[in-house]
Amino acid sequence: MSVPSFQELILRLHTFWARQGCVILQPYDVEMGAGTFHPATTLRALGPKPWRAAYVQPSRRPTDGRYGENPNRLQHYYQYQVIMKPSPEDAQELLLASYREIGLDPLRHDFRFVEDDWESPTLGAWGLGWEVWCDGMEVGQFTYFQQVGGIPVTYPSFEMTYGLERLAMYVQDKENVYDLDFNGAGVTYGEVFLRAEREYSAHNFEFADTAMLSRHFADAEGECAALLGRKLALPAYDQCIKASHLFNLLDARGVISVTERASFIGRVRALAKGCCEAWVAGEAA
Amino acid sequence: MAALFLELFSEEIPARMQARAADDLVRLLTEALAALNPTDATPFFGPRRIACAMQVTALVEASSTTERGPRANAPEQALAGFLRKHNAERDALRREGDYWVLDKKAEAVSASTLIASVVPQLLRRFPWPKSMRWGGSSNFVWVRPLRRIVCLLDGAIVPFDLRDGADDGHGLTSGNLTEGHRFHAPGAFAVTGVDDWRAGLAARHVLVDVADRKRAIADGIAALASAKGLSVVDDPGLLDEVAGLVERPVPLLGRIAAEHMDLPPEVMQVSMRVNQRYFAMRTADGKAAPYFAFAANVAADDGGAAIIAGNERVLRARFSDARHFWDLDRKALLESRIPSLGHVTFQAKLGTQGERVVRLRRLAGIVAPQVGAGPALAERAAELAKADLVAGMVGEFPELQGVMGRYYALHDGEPAEVADAIRDHYAPRGPGEGAPASPVSIAVALADKLDQLVGFFAIGEKPSGAGDPYALRRAALGIIRIIRENGLRLPLLALIGAAGDAYAGTSVEPVPPAEILEFLADRLRVQLRAEGARHDVLTAVFAAGSDDDIVRLLARADAVAALLVGADGANLMTAYRRAANILRIEDRKDGPHTGSVDPARCREQAEIDLNHALDGMHDVDRLLGAEDFAGAMGVMSNLRAPLDAFFEKVTVNAPEPELRRNRLHLLHRVRSTMDRVADFSRIEG
Repeated sequence: MSVPSFQELILRLHTFWARQGCVILQPYDVEMGAGTFHPATTLRALGPKPWRAAYVQPSRRPTDGRYGENPNRLQHYYQYQVIMKPSPEDAQELLLASYREIGLDPLRHDFRFVEDDWESPTLGAWGLGWEVWCDGMEVGQFTYFQQVGGIPVTYPSFEMTYGLERLAMYVQDKENVYDLDFNGAGVTYGEVFLRAEREYSAHNFEFADTAMLSRHFADAEGECAALLGRKLALPAYDQCIKASHLFNLLDARGVISVTERASFIGRVRALAKGCCEAWVAGEAA
Repeated sequence: MAALFLELFSEEIPARMQARAADDLVRLLTEALAALNPTDATPFFGPRRIACAMQVTALVEASSTTERGPRANAPEQALAGFLRKHNAERDALRREGDYWVLDKKAEAVSASTLIASVVPQLLRRFPWPKSMRWGGSSNFVWVRPLRRIVCLLDGAIVPFDLRDGADDGHGLTSGNLTEGHRFHAPGAFAVTGVDDWRAGLAARHVLVDVADRKRAIADGIAALASAKGLSVVDDPGLLDEVAGLVERPVPLLGRIAAEHMDLPPEVMQVSMRVNQRYFAMRTADGKAAPYFAFAANVAADDGGAAIIAGNERVLRARFSDARHFWDLDRKALLESRIPSLGHVTFQAKLGTQGERVVRLRRLAGIVAPQVGAGPALAERAAELAKADLVAGMVGEFPELQGVMGRYYALHDGEPAEVADAIRDHYAPRGPGEGAPASPVSIAVALADKLDQLVGFFAIGEKPSGAGDPYALRRAALGIIRIIRENGLRLPLLALIGAAGDAYAGTSVEPVPPAEILEFLADRLRVQLRAEGARHDVLTAVFAAGSDDDIVRLLARADAVAALLVGADGANLMTAYRRAANILRIEDRKDGPHTGSVDPARCREQAEIDLNHALDGMHDVDRLLGAEDFAGAMGVMSNLRAPLDAFFEKVTVNAPEPELRRNRLHLLHRVRSTMDRVADFSRIEG
């Protein structure tokens, strides 16, 4: 099997998971820290309705910015996210088959499932599962959801998150993320994203207006509560995601003390909980 | 006898839980099948399974017993209760005299029936540290999804399922199918019992005995090492963990790029051992070798080339990351990080690490002269002790706290004693780690732990039962070990008081120092008991009066224990008890008899001698004061002969009231004299 470019890797995963009955969604259009925040995962993990989806989600981790100078760290990267509810019997086999699709043969490479319990304090969510290792490298996070938004799930979902850049670096044998072959026709990852990494690192660490961010956080929090009052779970949840990202930006600017940190996380969790409850109530109605 | 075999085949079980789970399985099964007299129980565990083989009797014999019920004239409720308890109908009862009786007959139960009835229940309540739900149909939980159950009795399937009312139990039923290696031998196969299972799995690339896996890993990497003229750094804990991560160990060797070999060994160790579970190597002359060994779970079709290349690449990236922090951190003086500690919370109610460092500095300066350290060095070390918490490397690898501080201090030209103290002040963190031995390290380590105890006690966070979230028991034991292992003579109460004084002017109100001392004494008792010391002797010595000098307390306990093993000591104990018994009885009549002895009223020679011998006991006080405990016990044992003579020749309860009273005072004097050394009433035996 040929070595896939970055975009080819995504296409192969799409094809594979579409065959498993997943709806192939597009990225959610609100900034977020991880694919788990996408309403297709957070909200759809709740309630009894079966659900299978896969999508790429741009993920923003403002504190991970390195001005484009670190070959392994990015403040903006892509996660490939799969969710299947209820979790299928053969989730592990499906996952391993997906790695075969992108050129990692488990009789050539050393695949392992290493204990890693997942928890998101901001989402009030946790699950049990593993880091998936390939030749000693973490190539994904596999979780059986147990609770989301403080609510025990009706049916546990299987959630799989691939870090696409890291996976691509491995299959393409590249030591620097900016050297990744993006399209198989001469365009590198650096050409697409290097400038953005520099500029956003400066924004995240130096220039983001913290007074404005604090105001926006309070606004998002207020709007979320108002929308929940109208039982509008989805628009309310957008505000929750926004609040979470604003908190991450404030954190990167270094203006949140340890004590405040816990309180911010608690505030976002309260929003997430409200949205999840509203979502479940709406599904049951 | 019949051979029972039970296997629970699941998705990957966390390595750290496997051995315990297999032991739990054996224990619970043995308990649940007690009626089958299980023997030869053998546990098995690995990444995807726990299992147990045992011998059981083929059946529980039929039995009949007669239960006596309520009286025939008892109220109806009593009879109903009796019937309910025995699950019996009224017409099964018969009269026997004034009572109802029930003849209970238990049919013989086959082993298979009993096993099928108890195992599902046992699995439902299995004590995993953390369990999970999965799929869409059942609330049955397991550590990770349970996929197959093998349950065989002499080769025949013991039929049961996990259904529970409306819950389908994931459709799981017992059977004879298991699975081999995930990649080398996919798919299910049938087994007939433990031997067949073991052989069948071996043929399918799974070593079911953890000892075999460990041997394969250890021997394999040792062979790879010796082929390069290297040796493997011994690491039994890592070997245990790796044996829980692979079903078919394939030892492999990777290279470390030369440019990373100058990283501090502890940094390399964290990346290799903690993050990657790699074994470290040494060259023939004992230096760190530029290789690492690991065990893959697959015999790859390219001989492992891709796996080795991948693992080398991962380690390269980790070392590059570590190097980044190593280079960056050394650009700033360690001292320059101290102000940032003001932004790091130690504990919400106890303030920041910055505030803590101010307390530690002061306290280390007070402790220093007591342990032979220069106060200035101890203060400097305490001031810098926590600074590495805000360095990049420790942010990335928290387990390197202290270790990095030492490197950065040395880099800044701080004195070696200061640098060592920064690293060693956390010690001892567990039984495997030695207590610090150099004076400056001791001063800072004691200050660190005293501050911790005093602070958390002040905010009401004392350990209770199994809960000790702030590791205060470990801190207390740390103090005790530092004192004992270094033979330190410390006024602990005063030092605890000084630790409390550091909170002056804050809202934190320390508890009385005696409370902390009592906690330390308690940990000391626990520790000594674990070492096999006589706990009654310790209790007796503790009860004789509080002493905050642990070394002195222990010397006294040793002396008392030595006295008691001799014939003099044993007799002395007997006499002491006799005296105490008489006093207890007589005190109840007209006590207490605590007055002093009137020598003029000592009439018999034996009582005159005893009183005289007690006068000689001043020497005991003198010797105790001089800490000559063996000498004090020698003098004490001189009491034996006069005491024996007294009891032999003298009637305590003399008809003359004044003689009786004086003799009771004499016995009281015996008791109180001995109790000054230890409260002998606490001695057992």
